[in-house]
Amino acid sequence: MEIFWSIVLVFMLTMFILLDGADMGAGIIHLFVAKNEDEKQRIIRAIGPFWDGNEVWLIAAGGVMFFAFPTLYASAFSGFYLPLIMVLWLLIFRAIGLEFRNLVANNLWKTAWDKAFGWASLLLTVFLGAALGNVVRGVNLGMVANGEAQHEAIYFFNPLWNDNFSPLNDHPGILDWFTVILSLVAAVTLTIHGAHWIIFKTQSSLNQRLKKLVVRLNGVLALLVILSLFAWLVVRPDALDNYYQHPWLWIFPLLMLLALGVMFRVPALKKDWQPFAVSSLFIISAFGSTAGALFPNLLPSRNNHFPSLTIYNASADAYGLEVGLIWWLIALVLVAAYFFYVHKIFAGKMDDVEYH
Amino acid sequence: MEDLILYHRLQFAFTISFHYLFPQLTMGLSALIVWFKWRYIRTGDELYNRSSLFWAKIFAVNFVLGVVTGIPMEFQFGTNWAKFSELTGNIIGQTLAMEGMFSFFLESTFLGLFLFAEKKLSPKMHFLMAFLVFAGTQASGLFIIATHSWMQHPVGYEILENGTFVLKNFSALFANSWLWPSYLHNQMASMVTSAFVMSGVGAFYMLNKNNSDFAKLFLKTGVVTGLVSSTLVIVPFGDMLAQQVARHQPITLSAMEGLFKTQEGAPMVLIGQPNMHTRTIDNKIELPYALSLLTYKRWNAHVKGLDAYDEADWPTNVPALYYAYHIMVGLGTIFLALMGLATYFLRKKRLFEKERLLWALLLAVPFPYIANLAGWYTAELGRQPWLVYGLLRTVDGVSATVSAGNTLFTLLGFIGLYFLLGVFFLLLVGKIIKEGPARHSG
Ligand code: HDD
Ligand code: HEM
Ligand code: HEM
Repeated sequence: MEIFWSIVLVFMLTMFILLDGADMGAGIIHLFVAKNEDEKQRIIRAIGPFWDGNEVWLIAAGGVMFFAFPTLYASAFSGFYLPLIMVLWLLIFRAIGLEFRNLVANNLWKTAWDKAFGWASLLLTVFLGAALGNVVRGVNLGMVANGEAQHEAIYFFNPLWNDNFSPLNDHPGILDWFTVILSLVAAVTLTIHGAHWIIFKTQSSLNQRLKKLVVRLNGVLALLVILSLFAWLVVRPDALDNYYQHPWLWIFPLLMLLALGVMFRVPALKKDWQPFAVSSLFIISAFGSTAGALFPNLLPSRNNHFPSLTIYNASADAYGLEVGLIWWLIALVLVAAYFFYVHKIFAGKMDDVEYH
Repeated sequence: MEDLILYHRLQFAFTISFHYLFPQLTMGLSALIVWFKWRYIRTGDELYNRSSLFWAKIFAVNFVLGVVTGIPMEFQFGTNWAKFSELTGNIIGQTLAMEGMFSFFLESTFLGLFLFAEKKLSPKMHFLMAFLVFAGTQASGLFIIATHSWMQHPVGYEILENGTFVLKNFSALFANSWLWPSYLHNQMASMVTSAFVMSGVGAFYMLNKNNSDFAKLFLKTGVVTGLVSSTLVIVPFGDMLAQQVARHQPITLSAMEGLFKTQEGAPMVLIGQPNMHTRTIDNKIELPYALSLLTYKRWNAHVKGLDAYDEADWPTNVPALYYAYHIMVGLGTIFLALMGLATYFLRKKRLFEKERLLWALLLAVPFPYIANLAGWYTAELGRQPWLVYGLLRTVDGVSATVSAGNTLFTLLGFIGLYFLLGVFFLLLVGKIIKEGPARHSG
């Protein structure tokens, strides 16, 4: 049961990043690459009917974490208090930037909301990367200082950063050199992914420029990925233990490398959906690799005082998980049906969709 | 600890109050949009189609704000009430997760289709989209109120040795006797809000002498739904909910009514100010025997006052609770009278000339919002000092690691941000109303 729900959780978060991550990437492109009103308008149409449904994956994943792993939910949400609240603020700016810009035909108004939308999207990707970095690195559960715990075993509070900006310090912050590397990985990955979505869903004058851009960004991404792997091993020397025990897990990193390689060939791909599929594969296998390295941990402890939160000690009582299974599967079928319907109605290019 | 809990509570209260301004309109308005769409399919009259598109625009702006302010609500269980989440997550996480999976996907997907795909869909399919959005908002309300009802009246649980609540009976969450009165009362109350908004906009056009076909339609629809919902919100649903409070939280009922002393044939206070020093109501006007009669259906029934209970279990802020309740009930009575009067003149075919009544309908628009918030304050203040009634105190549910300073920082951030949102919201809705429904071609 615990294993099932941990897979569900990873699945839902991956869906969120795959779908809404593309919206954020589109926001970044909108901010830095789109030159004129026409290009901006096309980007907005390409994500307009979808972003809200995509964001629901985050809300629903939060809900699932809440009832399947209440201890993790309580620990992580209060411990990462400040960055989470900032994520909420950014989500607000992103959404209203996107929705309000077209409601008033005034250039100043549009420019202001465009900036809100673009910067909020960029910062969101940074925060998401840092979040992943924090989970991988682990936290000081129970806030142990000088061998003494100041809080119950599952609670902690991370400041935004600590004095030496280091993940190896006893009291790690949200941002340190390790999590910042992952932030950059996330920002670049999602920018590429968002560009792919735009290529897929529009016939904008942007597309040719984007195809060149993603190849360059991909070079940056490849360097960052290599850097982050070394950093990972410094921060968590035990990162590969699971891989030695279960060699089949290597399939995820291999797929990730494969996808990374294919992404250099994006301009040569014939069909416009292909780039998006490739970057999706990259994201899925990156999540798979991370989950493979962490398992069964959900939130590793960085002290010897308290054990890490795992899918076993953070999960809820069995009965609740069993009934949850029934309604969750029913809901998933419905969600899949809506998903296919909406993408059928809006199949193909979105350039002339009209909003009233 | 004192100011720590204070800021956590203030932040929750502030953010939820702001959030609730939006869903209360969308839940009712979606029904009226469905109605207009339906009339359009049946009659083919463009007036109805344009009306539905016009209100859909207002709906959409409300919806975005509902969404962006709703997400912080969900996060705050974990960020600000971590201990509560840890202990009860197995149960309330269940209904909250169901809300995400069953209603938010439904609403967001089909709203996207309703707004963007009108040209791609047949009128019947477009109607169906509107209906599914409506169904999503209703489901959303149901799951959230199921969550809330469990906190007011916990059922189907077992408490483990370490204090964790675990679910023992899933269907009990939905068979909870608190849930259905609360849900129906709340949905009717949101209908009241939408009815007042619709008739208010109609009155505005009528007084301005523009869009007059629309003005008449909005006034008619708003006033009739207004009368029906203002009635139903009181009888049977308000009364049913009050019965639940009387049965499961008698202390809360005494405090809501401002009844300090236990007595037979208890009166109902209509107006007056609770005085916590003398434990009496100052300057009161009361209706003899009414409280006994309404609560126990016998005019001389014995009703326990606050003096019958340990002070540690009294609601934390008795005067605020008392006022919240009296504001809700007082406004409810006024709504019924106003909508009754308007319906009377509508039937006499004189409503559209009655300038003073139109002004009253226009100026009444903010009051259902106040009544709705007052209702929620009644529920929440009445639940204090408990988070889960009788079982878990509010002080024991807070996130102890998040310091008062950090919470104050985020509270100030929310206040600033929501102030901005409020300003832009009013600006945009004002603009949509000013442009009017006529401009939209079908
Ligand atoms: C337009 C809004 C509106 C109006 C006119 C009324 N209410 Fe209400 N009331 C609400 C809006 C509301 C609400 C916001 O929707 C609440 C909060 C929780 C809930 O389910 O509904 C509520 C809660 C609520 C409660 C629960 C308090 C608790 O949980 O402790 C009671 C006993 C009543 N109402 C009773 C009444 C009565 C007797 C009314 C007669 C006039 C009335 N309400 C009018
Ligand atoms: C069904 C959804 C709701 C749930 C689960 C819920 C839960 C909570 C929780 C956990 C708290 C913090 C503890 C406390 O101070 O009481 C709280 C407080 C509060 N909530 Fe709710 N709430 C819900 C809906 C609402 C709504 C819709 C409103 C108002 C519009 C509201 C108004 C308040 C207020 C005013 C407080 C502060 C009460 C106080 O400080 O005494 N709640 N609620
Ligand atoms: C603490 C309590 C609450 C939480 C955690 C919460 C959570 C949320 C979230 C996450 C959303 C955004 C959904 C999306 O992305 O589509 C939302 C919107 C919504 N909420 Fe709340 N909410 C709370 C209180 C309430 C209450 C009390 C009601 C009504 C009874 C309500 C009714 C709605 C509705 C109808 C929507 C859809 C958006 C809209 O129509 O404006 N919520 N809520």
